Amino acid sequence: MAQHQKDGGATMKKLLLITAAISVLSAPLVSQASPEEDLKTFRGYFMERFPSVPLEEFANGVYAIDTASREQWEAIEEFPPYEIAIDEGEELFNMPFKNGKTYASCFRNGGIGVRSDYPYYDKDKGQVETLVSAINDCRTKNGERPLKLKKGKITALSAYMAYTTRGQTIDIKIPHDQRARDAYETGKRFYYARRGQLNMSCAHCHVDHSGSKIRADLLSPALGHLSHFPVYRSKWGGLGTIHRRFAGCNKQVRALPFKAQSSQYRNLEYFLTYMSNGIPWNGPGARK
Amino acid sequence: MRKTARNTLAATGALIIAMGSLSFTPNLASAAGASAIEEGKKIAFHRKKGNCLACHKIAGGSLEGNIGPALVNMKARYPDKAKLRVQIFDATVSNPNTIMPPFGKHKIISKSELDKVVEFIHSL
Ligand code: HEC
Ligand code: HEC
Repeated sequence: MAQHQKDGGATMKKLLLITAAISVLSAPLVSQASPEEDLKTFRGYFMERFPSVPLEEFANGVYAIDTASREQWEAIEEFPPYEIAIDEGEELFNMPFKNGKTYASCFRNGGIGVRSDYPYYDKDKGQVETLVSAINDCRTKNGERPLKLKKGKITALSAYMAYTTRGQTIDIKIPHDQRARDAYETGKRFYYARRGQLNMSCAHCHVDHSGSKIRADLLSPALGHLSHFPVYRSKWGGLGTIHRRFAGCNKQVRALPFKAQSSQYRNLEYFLTYMSNGIPWNGPGARK
Repeated sequence: MRKTARNTLAATGALIIAMGSLSFTPNLASAAGASAIEEGKKIAFHRKKGNCLACHKIAGGSLEGNIGPALVNMKARYPDKAKLRVQIFDATVSNPNTIMPPFGKHKIISKSELDKVVEFIHSL
């Protein structure tokens, strides 16, 4: 079983690497290897690795595969620790700026159920727009100061916006725009690149060895990783954005983390959210 | 003045090492080995040093992970201690895709710490 899993991991990485190599070599000749193909391979790998887990269950992270802590987590979800943040977020969302406008003026559908619009490639800005950056753009556009990027009010607002989006399916689009493709490819490369003194990639822990234990922690599968952010973590004693998590996982391998909303993390979020297409949006979430 | 003191200390250290390696007393040799093994164990188990338990089951450890194989029967698996040293120094030599950190190559632990870890692992 362990052997099978390891081979699966190596094959998976090889496939993605080959796809990447081909796209570089043959770029002038044929169209770039498609994100659609990557997605098929990625999803297929996890469906095979965890055959008893239905696709939508991957929205629950480690609890989709960890029967031991599942029950405890379900009990926590009965009285979720992020509930106050949702209420606070709703209040902030509806509170007018000094100019009288509200967040609703910046978003499609008045900002209800639109967490699913993010991340997307913004052709005008020439970069990936995330929910967090969109919230802050809305503020600066209305003469307000941007919020801190990893915790606090930003997580309350995005928790509320995630909550009104629950039940929709992740369906991120990578348009036929070379710059969007490049952003996606850069995010993908980040995911498979070794880094830090400990020399590990994200994929080492969340693809190749997902389902194994590192010390006492079970490693969650990368599939569905973006479904439930912002997340309440008991370790944090509060909520954090996905970029806060990225930074934490970078630090674990003694790598220098990047800044929240840096282009590196935006591209990484773009790739990783796309890889979760087909899975329900179920934020905010609760984790250990 | 300080320099002299350090030189003297270094010389004393060298002398002790030289004496150790020249010693024909089996008792003394195994005592030195035992302490290297004991120190190696501490380094291997230390979360900020080897942290080998993050991935390997090792006798005497607890809360171990299961990413890598249990480290047992090491003398049989590594009759050549130098090969074991290479595995711990840089695991990508035997498997370019490995998750195991290159403890020596990336200076996660020092050379002398590595030597002690090798002694400990080889004793398992
Ligand atoms: C040394 C192992 C390791 C590496 C390398 C690593 N992670 Fe993690 N990661 C963990 C552990 C342990 C957890 C907490 C348990 C879990 O959910 O997997 C975690 C959790 C996460 C979560 C939260 C999952 C959830 O359900 O809320 C995300 C997202 C994540 N990691 C992304 C990444 C990304 C992106 C990278 C690379 C930049 C990365 N990780 C690198 C070990 C690692
Ligand atoms: C993050 C995970 C991880 C850590 C930490 C780790 N290893 Fe490993 N180790 C592995 C994996 C996985 C293998 C399996 C072989 C491979 O991946 O190439 C392995 C293989 C080995 C082997 C070869 C076993 C055999 O039978 O051939 C030895 C010896 C070893 N590790 C020793 C250590 C020591 C000593 C430490 C700590 C100083 C350590 N490892 C830390 C993951 C790890």
